[in-house]
Amino acid sequence: MPNTNTTTVSTAGQPSRRNTELLLLAFAVILPCFAYANVGLALDGEMPSGMLGYGMGLGLLAGVGHLVVRKFAPYADPLLLPLATVLNGLGLVIIWRLDQSKRLQASKTFAPAATNQLLFSALGIALFVAVVIFLKDHRVLQRYTYISMAVALALLVSPLFFPAKYGARIWITLPGLGSLQPGEFAKIVLAVFFAGYLMVKRDALALASRRFMGMYLPRGRDLGPILAVWAFSILILVFETDLGTSLLFFGMFIVMLYVATERTSWIVFGLLMSAAGAVGVASFETHVQQRVQAWLDPLGEFLMSKKGIAGHSEQSMQALWAFGSGGVSGTGWGQGNSDLIGFAANSDFILATVGEELGLAGLMAIVLIYGLIVERGVRTSLAARDPFGKLLAIGLAGAFAIQVFVVAGGVTGLIPLTGMTMPFMAQGGSSVIANWALIAILLKISDAARRPAPTPVSNPDAEMTQVVRP
Amino acid sequence: MNKPVRRIAIFCGLLVLALMIRGNWLQFVKADELKNDKNNMRVNIARYSQPRGNIIVDGQEITGSKEVNGINYKYKRTYKNGEMWAPVTGYSSQVYKPTLLEGVEDKILTGDDDRLFFNRTIDMITGKGKKGGDVITTLNAKAQEAAFKGLGSKKGAVAAIDPRTGKILALASTPSYDPSRIAGANDGDAWTKLNDDKNKPMLNRALRETYPPGSTFKVVTAAAALENGLYKDVDEKTNSPKGWTLPDTRNLPLPNETPMPCDNVSMRAALQWSCNSVFGKISADLGNQKMIEQANKFGYNNDDLQIPVGVSKSVYPKDNRPQNAMAGIGQASNRATPLQMAMVAAAVANNGKLMEPYMVDKLRAPNLNVIETHQPKELSRPLSPEHAQTLQSAMETVVEEGTGTEAKIDGVKVGGKTGTAQHGVDNSGNPYAWFISYAKKGDGSPVAVAVVIEGSNTMRDDIAGGKLAAPIAKGVMEAVLNSSK
Repeated sequence: MPNTNTTTVSTAGQPSRRNTELLLLAFAVILPCFAYANVGLALDGEMPSGMLGYGMGLGLLAGVGHLVVRKFAPYADPLLLPLATVLNGLGLVIIWRLDQSKRLQASKTFAPAATNQLLFSALGIALFVAVVIFLKDHRVLQRYTYISMAVALALLVSPLFFPAKYGARIWITLPGLGSLQPGEFAKIVLAVFFAGYLMVKRDALALASRRFMGMYLPRGRDLGPILAVWAFSILILVFETDLGTSLLFFGMFIVMLYVATERTSWIVFGLLMSAAGAVGVASFETHVQQRVQAWLDPLGEFLMSKKGIAGHSEQSMQALWAFGSGGVSGTGWGQGNSDLIGFAANSDFILATVGEELGLAGLMAIVLIYGLIVERGVRTSLAARDPFGKLLAIGLAGAFAIQVFVVAGGVTGLIPLTGMTMPFMAQGGSSVIANWALIAILLKISDAARRPAPTPVSNPDAEMTQVVRP
Repeated sequence: MNKPVRRIAIFCGLLVLALMIRGNWLQFVKADELKNDKNNMRVNIARYSQPRGNIIVDGQEITGSKEVNGINYKYKRTYKNGEMWAPVTGYSSQVYKPTLLEGVEDKILTGDDDRLFFNRTIDMITGKGKKGGDVITTLNAKAQEAAFKGLGSKKGAVAAIDPRTGKILALASTPSYDPSRIAGANDGDAWTKLNDDKNKPMLNRALRETYPPGSTFKVVTAAAALENGLYKDVDEKTNSPKGWTLPDTRNLPLPNETPMPCDNVSMRAALQWSCNSVFGKISADLGNQKMIEQANKFGYNNDDLQIPVGVSKSVYPKDNRPQNAMAGIGQASNRATPLQMAMVAAAVANNGKLMEPYMVDKLRAPNLNVIETHQPKELSRPLSPEHAQTLQSAMETVVEEGTGTEAKIDGVKVGGKTGTAQHGVDNSGNPYAWFISYAKKGDGSPVAVAVVIEGSNTMRDDIAGGKLAAPIAKGVMEAVLNSSK
């Protein structure tokens, strides 16, 4: 008898798509290799000497990632790994290209960053592999809800004990190891905590509320955690002067809360509170005021800094010029002058190099790749069968989207600059490692979501049914 | 929980969309504006990323480009004999705005000129770098050298024109500076030093400084007398008695510097010995309006004379009667650039026809195609040919047996006029020594010169112009005569 299965979950499952992933990965490795050759030809007129090693290195990393996914997460989303690989690869090329800049080499703080970045990428993929292998089921994370909270708090508070850099207190310095941005890791740990907490409390939050003017008002005691997170974001903003991270955490929390409770009123509260917080902090925090000033009048800020007046940054205007000078088709790899932005050219402002050297076309492609990663994350959330996985996936995807928007929006002058890093592309160890871990968790959730369901216990009633033909 | 997830997906899509719209706004709509912003260093970086075209005199380049591979700029401008040519070339600096020919012809020199579009396109297709075009000047290297060497350590200027065409043959200004010294990106110290120098080496005295013209202005006054029919020719006795006093004053006489007889002499004799009373009275007799008209025909009061470099306005202003009389001998509020006075001499030498002065003969594309040739143009006719010729003979008398004998050249007819301009409060400053002249051969005059020397403390009488400035003018005229043989 054909298909006697009447359950909604199909045992046939979806195709694993591992070969698709392999093909895409090959493309994701070849593309940065061509870019690398292109930069070398533009800068020195010859193929760069590190070409072979670089290509093999990136290929090897991607290959290991693929094999591990094939073995330990066979049904995982096939797009996430290639997308992250291509971003990481292109980011490495841009960082290497900026290392060659005479202008940056002339500055006191210059240190070549490409080698380190390659090392961090390897560490990132190592963490990726570790997560894929050792995280058997993402639901295990649910057990660590409150430990996650403690860890996240510790991570977020730790930079307070270290000196501020470039006007923001978001680094911890480990002797001999360099500096670390704990905020990047806190993003993931906090998502785990929120997912665990909200899954338990979602009914209370969603149902125990009074209707007022067409909106569901939450009960006072349920407001507690939201107020706590809001206060916490504000504290980060005030004490660490880290606008980006506070926006990211608060945004992520609102997204997860909304998904958990399905109540629009939470979004309204969230927006009101973040607006109140932002305005409140901006009224006395000079660092934030400067950023807003630089956003409203980048040219004025540029001219002030050229006159040597302290407290002004020329970077925003330099970035806008980089985008404008790139135009639609760009100057070509290695032929732009985005290094005029200065020391942040390969970290916060790496997107300006994309805009100048690859033009509008390249910028759109990169934004779309980020968009695709977010889309795959959202899709994973939709497909996930357990509420914890759903919440975790949408939290991570939402955080990723907000981070990309905040950084890219800041660099292009759409919103005030906040000083976060472009995931995977920007130079910075913590960022690369943390985001590889984020991709690994999303992959595991998608693997669980797309894995064929275990064959249901056969239904004895089905056997009994007889069709009587007249 | 899928419904809110879908909404979040839409929200994320909107974030991405906002980024894409912003990207298009910056890189498509606003791109040109941002790209060409004057504060955007890329504009200058592009300018010096390839060698600049050259300024050419007598087939020789007087500029060059050196590959320096600096942090920002690949090439740097260099100058050959920069001090001598600075009043012509100006400078092209990696930091400061270019001036004079470097500034006016910047687009040709960088290769950005629209007329070079075809060249640029071909270069782009064949993979060659962008190249700048050349500016071919009318200058005469020998004449320039004679002028510059003649001025030596003195402070002053020389302007020489070919009266037949208006071609500028020499433009010298001393003390000068070497533009190479301020061409680089880190030459701020040299720049400050040049700007703070009280001798103003960066001032282009030939084009941009106006001086009281002193007695050389008597040529203009004589022209006005002839043109307005006050006197028929230069040999007619003038009605100018000894001890003539300025109009509207209580017996303020206009003294003559020389002991020569000046009462009622002809204009020839008055020019020969530079009689103040004769020309002061002519100016007073003609009146301010007619004097202004005549001066204007010679090029005075012209706001936008461009050669193609802008030239400062020489003025003969509206004035009261005594001032106007003094202006007739170049000793009141009328002021002139050396180029203006060279134009006066040139107009007389060219039988009354004033040609528009110019110093760029041709603009040339990198592939040596000429993209523009300047055609000589008549500017005005300050004198009729007869009047011009009679004035020539008087100016020639000045050189043969008057105050200007220092400018005499064997076998060539030379006409000239000396001048010494008092200036400063109560004429306390050292006077300016002037000399304007032209040399003439059978087929007309190939050169007219004006020389001014500031602060000639050696002599205060009218001979100063003849002693100090005339030998320089002579050197320049000889250089032109020798090179046109």
